[in-house]
Amino acid sequence: MLRLEKLVKTYKTGDQALKAVDLVVPDGQVLALIGPSGAGKSTLIRCINRLVEPTSGKVYLGDTELTGLSSGALRRERRRMGMIFQEYALVERLTVMENVLSGRLGYVGFWRSFLRRYPQADVDEAFRLLDRVGLVHMADKRADELSGGQRQRVGICRALIQNPALLLVDEPTASLDPKTSRQIMRLICELCEERGLAAIINIHDVALAQMFVQRVIGLRFGAVEFDGPPEALTPDVLTTIYGEEDWEATIRKVEDDDSEIEAAE
Amino acid sequence: MPVREAEGQKLWQRRTGRESLAHWVMWLTGVAVFAYCWQQISEATTWFFVWDAPRIAGDIWTRATPPKWEYITQLGKPIWDTINIATLGTIIALILAIPVAFLAARNTTPSVLFVRPIALLIIVSTRSINSLIWALLLIAIIGPGVFAGVVAIAIRSIGFCAKLLYEAIEEIDETQVEAITATGASRWQVMAYGIVPQILPAFAGIAVFRWDINIRESTVLGLVGAGGIGLQLSASLNVLAWPQVALILIVILAAVVISEWVSAKVRGAII
Amino acid sequence: MTTHRELDDMLGKGWRKPPFIRRAWLRYTILIGFAAYLVAAFLTIEVNWARVYEGLERGKQFILAFTSPDFTSRSGDIWDGMVESIIMTVAASVVGIAISIPIALGAARNVAPLPIYLACRSIIAVSRALQEIIVAILLVAIFGFGPLAGFLTLSFATIGFLSKLLAEDIESMDRVQAEAIKASGARWLQWINYGVQPQVMPRLIGLSMYRIDINFRESAILGLVGAGGIGATLNTAFDRYEYDTAAAILLLIIGIVMALEYLSGIIRARVQ
Repeated sequence: MLRLEKLVKTYKTGDQALKAVDLVVPDGQVLALIGPSGAGKSTLIRCINRLVEPTSGKVYLGDTELTGLSSGALRRERRRMGMIFQEYALVERLTVMENVLSGRLGYVGFWRSFLRRYPQADVDEAFRLLDRVGLVHMADKRADELSGGQRQRVGICRALIQNPALLLVDEPTASLDPKTSRQIMRLICELCEERGLAAIINIHDVALAQMFVQRVIGLRFGAVEFDGPPEALTPDVLTTIYGEEDWEATIRKVEDDDSEIEAAE
Repeated sequence: MPVREAEGQKLWQRRTGRESLAHWVMWLTGVAVFAYCWQQISEATTWFFVWDAPRIAGDIWTRATPPKWEYITQLGKPIWDTINIATLGTIIALILAIPVAFLAARNTTPSVLFVRPIALLIIVSTRSINSLIWALLLIAIIGPGVFAGVVAIAIRSIGFCAKLLYEAIEEIDETQVEAITATGASRWQVMAYGIVPQILPAFAGIAVFRWDINIRESTVLGLVGAGGIGLQLSASLNVLAWPQVALILIVILAAVVISEWVSAKVRGAII
Repeated sequence: MTTHRELDDMLGKGWRKPPFIRRAWLRYTILIGFAAYLVAAFLTIEVNWARVYEGLERGKQFILAFTSPDFTSRSGDIWDGMVESIIMTVAASVVGIAISIPIALGAARNVAPLPIYLACRSIIAVSRALQEIIVAILLVAIFGFGPLAGFLTLSFATIGFLSKLLAEDIESMDRVQAEAIKASGARWLQWINYGVQPQVMPRLIGLSMYRIDINFRESAILGLVGAGGIGATLNTAFDRYEYDTAAAILLLIIGIVMALEYLSGIIRARVQ
């Protein structure tokens, strides 16, 4: 599905954000990317859809090599990768519906999108998605009138209406309260399962990641330090990823009760 | 440390010795420059007229009052022209300022090295020169009239609007643009969805703000022959018809106050 | 479930962005009114296209003149005019700023009592409502030709501009800091000096630099009505169709304005 080969990113300042990262994500796998701030998580995600241009290495989506595509071809491939952002990144002065429909921009021509004349199928799909996340009654509200959790749901709709094969999720819960965080994570994982999507989720909250994903990648200084199932995250592993700290309180067994975690948050 | 030892006691000072010296030198130069400037002005002035000024002012006042109210019937067309100069000039300027602003903003310019300096040059040169001078120039080129006034106002406003607009473009939230790019949108779609909604309020504010200024400026363009109510002002001044001058000044004042009120209302409604 | 009924209602129907003005009649009235105005405005502008076409040749000459500006043949006039403009700018800025500060204090509601506030606000309103060039005409009529009229005009205009913006800044300052100084038992003047001045100083300097810039640009047109400065020379150059001299003067103005902007950028960065 997605394959990274020796992906390197060196910024102009000389900071090496990624050091030859190799990674294979099979179809339908939801994967969490953890690691300290500055480990290169955001850079990795942005190198996949080339919002950040990788310095060297290759990215394959299916059989297509994304690195080296012309800008037109890259736009067509970007349609297959939905992206969800930390601060929601909704266009705040547009309505909820416009924000959702903006996920179809790669499919419709400029004038159609400019005049807001989307195909009926797109409009129906947008309503279905908004209904799925429980926001259909908000369709004509402006995005900056929404709460954080609601905005992130709109962000999810925008990513899904692209009809992607892969979701790139950058810190989806960092700006949300603990309860909403869990709801959003659950929603993302449910939707991935419903639609058989693969996803890469950048996340700070190790416990939250363990609860929902099938596989965890630990990144440190731009290199993969850990790759395994969530149960294999032991204090030792976390120490190698994040450095020395008392990790017992952070790691939770998967069968932990919801309320317990909320109390601990 | 601005602390000095004197007679065994520590004295706190606001500045160190060198700092306060530099401070004094700066003030001294400032005062000297001002004194020189004043001396130059006073040399070029006929002081006899200045001592006579109160009498002349009183004389003008008695001649100008009461204003010649019936003259207002002849001011309809000039007022209409003045409003047109300001409005059409602003619209043309906005249309031209948009591309210039996008070319000048660091985050949207196609080339920081080549295109941006040209856009900045357009902004600086049109901004630095007053609309009256543009009007003079255009009258020399295309002849006197309202059209010259419209073009003069338009040119003068390009730089002003483009400068404010490109600053607004540089301040947009880049993650929103990134999100639209990530959907596979084309360059123009990113502009229409990611950038334009963010700068629209600023744009509307700039448009109204500049229109207000342009109403003021277009009232005097007639002094050099570029149409509008200034033509009547200039004609009345030439024949020393002070009651007419008084009326025209009242009309101009009213136009300025009304336009300021309108622009404040519109800005309040948009933002 | 209600939400699903809502959804079923929406499916298959088109979607339109809700219009900016929701009341349809108001929206169309504004649109049609504006369009009608534009048409009327365009129709009443008389353009002598033949004259404009003739002018294109002169326009070309003028643009070409920028490639070979003539600084020399009227260098005496240009020099005198420029020096006079700069002198007027400097003197008027100093006097204008000096007068603006007390007026700004008076026009700030949180510093001044009501009668003083109203008096200062009306001074500002008068100064802002009167165009520089109109003030210049009146002052020339009263004081005679020469830079004194220009100097007074610019000082007067500076007061309206600077006092208003400075007063707004004083009104939006942090009250707690000012109260802390007052609480220490400071007199009114001490209070202004310690509680208010440090807060508004950067803004005052920034605005002053900006106003010097504007004063210089304005001083270039005062000459048109006989109030001194480079404007008279420029006007003569246009009248005689001496485009190369005019281009030289315009380049000088642009150059000085750019230098002033650069300088004010540096100073503002240092103050903050």
